[in-house]
Amino acid sequence: MKIFNKVILLSFFLSLFSVVYSASSVEKKSNDYLPALNDITDSKSLQRGARNFFNYCAGCHSLKYVRYNQMAKDIGISEEQLNSYLIFTGAAPQDVISMNMLEEDGNRWFGKAPPDLSMITRVNSNTYVYNFLRSFYPDKDSPTGVNNKVKDGTSMPNILWVLQDEMDKKEFDSFVLDIVNFLDYAGEPIKAKRKSLGIWVISFLFIFLILSFALYKDIWKEVK
Amino acid sequence: MPSDNKQEVYFSNPMLKWVDERFPLSKVLREHATEYYASKNFNIWYIFGVLSTVVLVLMLLTGIFLTMNYKPSAAEAFNSVEYIMRSVEYGWLMRYMHSTGASFFFIVLYLHMFRGMLYGSYKNPRELIWLLGMMLYFCLMAEAFLGYILPWGNMSYWAAQVIVNLFGTIPFIGDTLVEWIRGDYYISDITLNRFFALHVIAVPLAILGLVFAHIVALHHIGSNNPDGIEIKDNKDAQGKPIDGVAFHPFHTSKDLVWITIFLILYFGAVFFAPEMGGLFLEVDNFEPANPLKTPEHIVPSWYFTPYYAILRSIPDSLLGFIALVSAVLCFVFLPWLDKCKVKSIRYRGWQYKVALAIFVISFVSLGYLGMQPSSGIYLILARLFTVVYFSFFLLMPFYTRLEKTKPVPDRVVYKK
Repeated sequence: MKIFNKVILLSFFLSLFSVVYSASSVEKKSNDYLPALNDITDSKSLQRGARNFFNYCAGCHSLKYVRYNQMAKDIGISEEQLNSYLIFTGAAPQDVISMNMLEEDGNRWFGKAPPDLSMITRVNSNTYVYNFLRSFYPDKDSPTGVNNKVKDGTSMPNILWVLQDEMDKKEFDSFVLDIVNFLDYAGEPIKAKRKSLGIWVISFLFIFLILSFALYKDIWKEVK
Repeated sequence: MPSDNKQEVYFSNPMLKWVDERFPLSKVLREHATEYYASKNFNIWYIFGVLSTVVLVLMLLTGIFLTMNYKPSAAEAFNSVEYIMRSVEYGWLMRYMHSTGASFFFIVLYLHMFRGMLYGSYKNPRELIWLLGMMLYFCLMAEAFLGYILPWGNMSYWAAQVIVNLFGTIPFIGDTLVEWIRGDYYISDITLNRFFALHVIAVPLAILGLVFAHIVALHHIGSNNPDGIEIKDNKDAQGKPIDGVAFHPFHTSKDLVWITIFLILYFGAVFFAPEMGGLFLEVDNFEPANPLKTPEHIVPSWYFTPYYAILRSIPDSLLGFIALVSAVLCFVFLPWLDKCKVKSIRYRGWQYKVALAIFVISFVSLGYLGMQPSSGIYLILARLFTVVYFSFFLLMPFYTRLEKTKPVPDRVVYKK
C-alpha cells in the first residue's frame, strides 16, 4: 500500500510537471528563431541595453511604470551619467519614462500608436521580442517598406535597419539581446533581486529543516 | 484552579493562572493540543489539513498588505498592482506570495480531499466534517475566482465575463441574475468594487467560521487514520487511546518538518517561478483589461480547468452549466454514495481501488484538456473523461456493494 501511495503522488507531480512543460514550450519554430539567452544579473548588458533603448526605442515607446532614477540605481549608473547619456527629453530623474509622441499622432502616423513597453516581455516572451526585432525583411507592399516574419503586417518600421547593415550578424544579435535584457528588467525590476533573495530564504529553510527533523526524532523516540 | 481542571496544575505563572481562572485557557489547550490524541501512524496524506491552515494564514497576512496599496477601481487597479510590484517595499514579495499561495491552496486542498477518499474520512461518524469541508471548498473556489478578477488584467476581465455569463444560461431569471451580480450592464468598475468587497471581507469571514467549525467537529469525533479504525475503541487505564499520541508535542513536531518541506517548495515557486510557465500567473493578465480585445483562448486558472473541460464538453450551454455545478457538488454526496463499511483503501476490494485510480486519471486529464482548445481529439477526450468522472460517483453505490473487503485490524499498523 505504501507503494500505491507513492505511485499516486509521483504520478500527480509528474503530470503537473508535464503540463507545466507543455505550457511553457509552445514557441514558434523557424530556422532563425532563436531563444533569447539574456542574463538579467549582467549589469553591463543592462547598461548597454538602456543605451540602445534610449537611443533607438524611446523616441516612440514609453516605459510608463519605470522611473529614471530607480532604473539608474538598479542597472548601476550614477545620476550624472543618467542625465547626460540617457535623458534626452528634459525629464526630471524622478519622472517615469513617458512617451514623447501624442497617442493621436501615433495613431495617425502608424495606424496604431506605439505601445508602452513596460510589460512587453511579460505579455510576450523575451524570445518573442528578441526574434521580432531580428525578423524584419523588405516588403514593397507594406507602407513602412518592411514586414516581419514573427508578426506579419506589423505597423512598426525597422528602426534598426542601419545597424543591421553596418554590423555583422553576431554583433547585431547581441545588440538586440541587450535591449531584450533591459526590457526584461523593465518588465519585472526585482527579478534579479528576487532570485538572489530566494537562495537565502531556501538555504535558511533547509537549515531549519535539519533542526526541525532533529526535534521530531527526539520527541518521537519514546513512541513505540 | 477552577474545579473542572481535574489534571495537574497547568500553569505556574501567576498571570496565566489569573487568566485561566477567567478564561478556559488550559482547558482549550488540553482538549485541542496536549490531550487531543490522534493516531501515531499518520502518513504523508495527513499533513495537508495542517498545510491548508498554513496557506490560509499566509493568504490572510499577505492579503492585508496588498489591500493597503491596491486600488479597487477599473481605472487604477492594474496600475496599483504594478505599483505594488515596483514601488512598494517588498510589495512584489507580498503579491507573489499571494498569487502563488492561491495555486498552492488548491494543490493542498485537492490532496487533502483525496486523502479523505483514500481512507474513507467522510464516512460515519465524520459526514459533517466532510460537509463542512465541502462548504470550505466552495468558498475557496468563490474566493479564488473573485481574487482573480482584482488585478484587472485582460484575462481577469474575460474570465469574469465567461463565469458571470454562465448564470445567464438559467432559464427565465438568467439575464436579470447576471445583471444583479454585475451591478451593471457589463463587467465594469462597479463589478470590480463589489468583487473586492466580497474577496477581502465576506468570503474570508465565511472561510474562517467554517474552518473553526471544521476543526471543532474534527476534534469532537477524533481524526481518522490510514487504517480507518477508531483509536478511541482501544484505551489504556488512564482513558488515553493506546494508538494515539498527543497533538502537541508529537504531531506538531512532525508537522513542523512537513511545513518546512512545504515552505521550501512554496518559496521555491515564489522566488524562482512565480508565473510557473503561465499556470500561476497567465501572460494575458500582464495586459490591462480590454473589452475590445478578446484573448485567443480564455482559460481559467489551472485549478478550475477540470470543471471548465466538463462545461465545454457539453454542446448545450444550460446543460453544460448544470454539468459543471453537478461535477463540483458530486463530492458532497460521497458519504452516502459509498456503501462499503470499510473505510481505508488498505482493506477495501479491488473495485474501489480501480475506480479511484481511474477517477484520478480522468480528473487530471480533464484539468489538462481544460487548458487546450475545445475541438478535435481534445473535445472527444474531454467528453470521454466527463463520462468517466460522473460514472465514478453515479455507479459508486453499485460497485462499492460488490467489494470483497479484507479483515480490518483492531489496532493501527505502526512499525518503526
